[in-house]
Amino acid sequence: MSAHNPYLEDFSRGIIRENPVFRLLLGMCPVLGVTGYFMNGLGMGLASTAVLIASNVVIAALKNFIPPQVRIPCFIVIIATFVTIIEMVLQAFQPVLYEALGVFVPLIVVNCVILGRAEAFASKRPVLRSLVDGIGVGIGFTLALGILALVREVAGQGTVMGPDPESTIMLFGEGFEPMGLFGQPPGAFIALGLLLGLTNVIFKKLNIK
Amino acid sequence: METLLSIIFIYILVDNFVLQRFFGICPFLGVSRKMETAIGMSMAVIFVMTMATLVTWLLYTFVLDRFNLQYLQIVTFILVIASLVQLVETTLRKISPTLYQGLGIFLPLITTNCAIMAVALLAVREEFAFIEAVVFGVAASLGFSLALVIMAGIRERLELANIPDVLQGSAVTLITAGILSLAFQGFRGMLTL
Repeated sequence: MSAHNPYLEDFSRGIIRENPVFRLLLGMCPVLGVTGYFMNGLGMGLASTAVLIASNVVIAALKNFIPPQVRIPCFIVIIATFVTIIEMVLQAFQPVLYEALGVFVPLIVVNCVILGRAEAFASKRPVLRSLVDGIGVGIGFTLALGILALVREVAGQGTVMGPDPESTIMLFGEGFEPMGLFGQPPGAFIALGLLLGLTNVIFKKLNIK
Repeated sequence: METLLSIIFIYILVDNFVLQRFFGICPFLGVSRKMETAIGMSMAVIFVMTMATLVTWLLYTFVLDRFNLQYLQIVTFILVIASLVQLVETTLRKISPTLYQGLGIFLPLITTNCAIMAVALLAVREEFAFIEAVVFGVAASLGFSLALVIMAGIRERLELANIPDVLQGSAVTLITAGILSLAFQGFRGMLTL
């Protein structure tokens, strides 16, 4: 493994060392808002990843044509366009997920992870590196959403793959009483706080800075 | 009248935008370290959120909906909010330099405050009438401010507390927010629209 390969570095940075959720605390609204069920968290993560990759590539490709004074509005319009596309795609092909995510789908447009990558990375780097960066950060974001959603669903409902009754798998037997708190809003804050503490411990043990 | 009062109570206490709906978490975690900044941010949000709901509602009802342009909703709303923030910033600098000094640094941050966008989108989704939408904007921003100010008060005291090493910083803030949200759960089911 060559340590100086910039693509590998761009790819891995967003997943672990600069994970947008666990390390930088960006884009917290969907992280807390849609993670009651694993499938919703995963769907939200993938939808945000798609927007992130597309906007990163387009912004990197157009960076020489966008006047620096009005770059933020330009970035926002590009991101908003992709969010609209994703919203239509979800509405057409994944109506259950679309309903479950609700207003958080259009709110991808104000997810600071996406605008942050556009401003800090894609507007200064070539297209290919921006693509790799988008994939890496997207995986990091999806991973964080998935882990939090899994914890909350198992503790709060005692199931995985819900809420669709066809795919729901009950994890525990008849006598199980789920810990309702984790399905409710306070549980989202508490679960994420505890997960942050856990990542701090792991990072300290592994000496990653 | 009853609907308006219900909207005010629901969005300040029962369905608090930050603690129950998870809108505007970034500024909630970011500027709640000091009471002073929390109050400054609250003022800016109350102002911009009310204006944004008003403008986006009118724009959606009389332009987008009338000409069947609903698919432009996201692009239009975010542009309205961004330009509104810019407008408010420039106007304040001219009219009231003291207020501008107070709110100044918070105004640009508001563009990416998802609570503003959420209010604009929800006012349309819930099919509120004009007055209801404006009241909704005011109530949601008051709810946001309430959560922010309470949190700032707690965090100022938390500075002196003895917190385990690994939980320091954001982790303990989130857990505190969870307990605060648990307290607000007490209002659950008190009122529905």
